[in-house]
Amino acid sequence: MPARRIIPCLDVKGGRVVKGVRFEGHTDAGDPVELALRYRDGGADEIVIYDITASAEQRTVDYDWLARVARALDVPLCVAGGIRTLEQAIACLEHGADKVSVNSPALERPELITEIADAAGSQCVVVGVDSRKIDGEWQTFQYTGDASTIRRTPRLMLDWIVEAQERGAGEVVLNCMDQDGVRDGYDIPQLAAARERLTIPLIASGGAGAARHFPEVFAGADVSGALAASIFHFNRVSIAEAKAASRAAGFEVR
Amino acid sequence: MSTAVVKLGVGNTASVMFALERLGVEAVLTEDPARIAAAERVILPGVGAAAHAMSLIDARGLRDVLRAYKQPLLGICLGQQLLYESSEEGDATGLGLLPGRVRRIEARDLIIPHMGWSALSIERSHALLEGVQTGDYVYFVHSYICPLGDATLASSEYGERFSAVVGKDNVFGCQFHPERSGAVGARIIENFLRLPC
Repeated sequence: MPARRIIPCLDVKGGRVVKGVRFEGHTDAGDPVELALRYRDGGADEIVIYDITASAEQRTVDYDWLARVARALDVPLCVAGGIRTLEQAIACLEHGADKVSVNSPALERPELITEIADAAGSQCVVVGVDSRKIDGEWQTFQYTGDASTIRRTPRLMLDWIVEAQERGAGEVVLNCMDQDGVRDGYDIPQLAAARERLTIPLIASGGAGAARHFPEVFAGADVSGALAASIFHFNRVSIAEAKAASRAAGFEVR
Repeated sequence: MSTAVVKLGVGNTASVMFALERLGVEAVLTEDPARIAAAERVILPGVGAAAHAMSLIDARGLRDVLRAYKQPLLGICLGQQLLYESSEEGDATGLGLLPGRVRRIEARDLIIPHMGWSALSIERSHALLEGVQTGDYVYFVHSYICPLGDATLASSEYGERFSAVVGKDNVFGCQFHPERSGAVGARIIENFLRLPC
């Protein structure tokens, strides 16, 4: 196993990083390049940039700020937000992204995963999944960026991640919605169940609220990395603290 | 005369170009055999599968150009794998600049691809690795590995040891992505750009 990855996610809206909890108000947190480099200096193993309104506004990632961040950054960069065609995915890669993360559009048209994997390689394709437990099963959701657009899909999370892998995904980011914003720790049972089904890397998302939550999810679900947004933005926990806690628990970190 | 980055199909060669830009290096992204043959140094980034990449190299008439190239040549990721005689991936014939066959990571219970930061072990000192130490982390993304051999300058481990940095005569390779490996990666690219022509 390589070092466990600690991955901050920057939510971008209108070319600026915003901080906030989903479905609540957002406040301006600065320029994407400055924040990406600050996290890089803080030890981020990868940066995810999420254009939060792209999908709901039916547009794709804004290539201008993507290229500005990619030009400055020297750690891996993954972009997410409204990528629904092969052409858009390739444009992201050509503007300097290392990986593209597809979520709602892949649920609508799963062939998108294969198209990107065939053209640019599986290593470029991350499938993001939003999931929550309903009636005892983990169900998938689309368009979760806005309370007015969110909807449940007929697919079960455990089936969908296996299908995504078979279609060529190189990594899965599983965002556990029940934990999202709660800061009570990652959804370890759900992530462990997902880990068991996959042979590709799995990244945990949703629920980080303290440094100890990182080693807990590494121990409990054996994920390759853990993503977090608000705790880093609001300086509740630094990346260095998350790494120190993981190292103290016996996990290799960079 | 400048540094040429070989353009092969689609993919994230942009991050290699940006890394060179950060180092203040003039570089061209090209598939033109004449420009590549005339360049002071060549970087061969690789994206996708070995057999497909070799078919693109052949379609552009680059196989002989790269085989005959005598100035410093750096293969990155798949680009390193293409330096070898052959690859299990699509049973591809490589450039044959380094001996041996590239194999799939033999993994029971291992997550594939090997994606993330792993530590280097320096096997042989070389100007390409000046300032780089055993234990330094670099960013890997791959499912196939290059064998250990005389050309191995640094190794890493994922289930087994493999060649992470190679060098023989004018031919060099990094299995990881130096352009996305922070200060360590930048140092290796800088070292490559300083190798005598």
